[in-house]
Amino acid sequence: MEREFFLLLSGVATASALLVIVARNPVHSALALVACLVQIAALYVLLGAPFLAVIQIFVYVGAVMVLFLFVIMMLDVRKESKRRYLKHALLPGVVVLVILSGELIVLLTQSTKLHAAMGPGQTITTQPSVEELSLLLFQDFLLPFEVASVILLVALIGAVVLARSEADVTPVRSRKNHGEVRR
Amino acid sequence: MIPTAWYLILAATLFVIGGAGVLLRRNVLIVLMSLELMLNSVTINLLAFGHVLQDLRGQIIAIFVIAITAAEVAVALGILVALLRNKNTLEVDELTVLKG
Repeated sequence: MEREFFLLLSGVATASALLVIVARNPVHSALALVACLVQIAALYVLLGAPFLAVIQIFVYVGAVMVLFLFVIMMLDVRKESKRRYLKHALLPGVVVLVILSGELIVLLTQSTKLHAAMGPGQTITTQPSVEELSLLLFQDFLLPFEVASVILLVALIGAVVLARSEADVTPVRSRKNHGEVRR
Repeated sequence: MIPTAWYLILAATLFVIGGAGVLLRRNVLIVLMSLELMLNSVTINLLAFGHVLQDLRGQIIAIFVIAITAAEVAVALGILVALLRNKNTLEVDELTVLKG
């Protein structure tokens, strides 16, 4: 039963990932990516990581993709749908992709450990709980956790500074002159 | 149970599709979306190995990947809005400001 679920989810994930890169309209791409990310979240449940599945839906689908859709709708994307692909970079790009997929196929077929993994996967009975995950995260990985929070804060400030329009940044001197009392 | 190799094959497929989007598409927004796809395929690998080896550290690294991705997207979209205000284009091949 699990295998059928896996095949269904991965098939839909691959199809929607292909739709992301062939769609003309960026809005369609974003919605296809949302579909793909939801399938991947379901795969996380199959992998025994339900907490990660919820995080995936909250952060990716709820925050990141909504941000993408906001930006797409803020910008005028109608004229962008004429040419989808880079013209002069098409040949080198395809060559790089063929080399990359060839490497991955060789790696996946020649590895002996992978042949062992091809067999029926061992039944794993003990499911790690969210409690164990949180203990590990807040004990052994406390410093990376704090560093990640600082990175998020810096990114927040950086995004606000970058996206602010130039008109808002009035020079301090002119504001001072404006406030001066004239005699 | 599902063989681990299936997850690896799925992750490799999604990685190549995301790479195709990064290398071939003209629209910066879709390049960023393809980048998200590649990061997700790597996360699938982390979770698959963590599941097989019964090691929770795979999930920990996946949490950090998701947090850093959120930061990256916020900054990237901020840059994109500033870029559009100055250059009025979204196409990768027209953004040649850094060219000497």
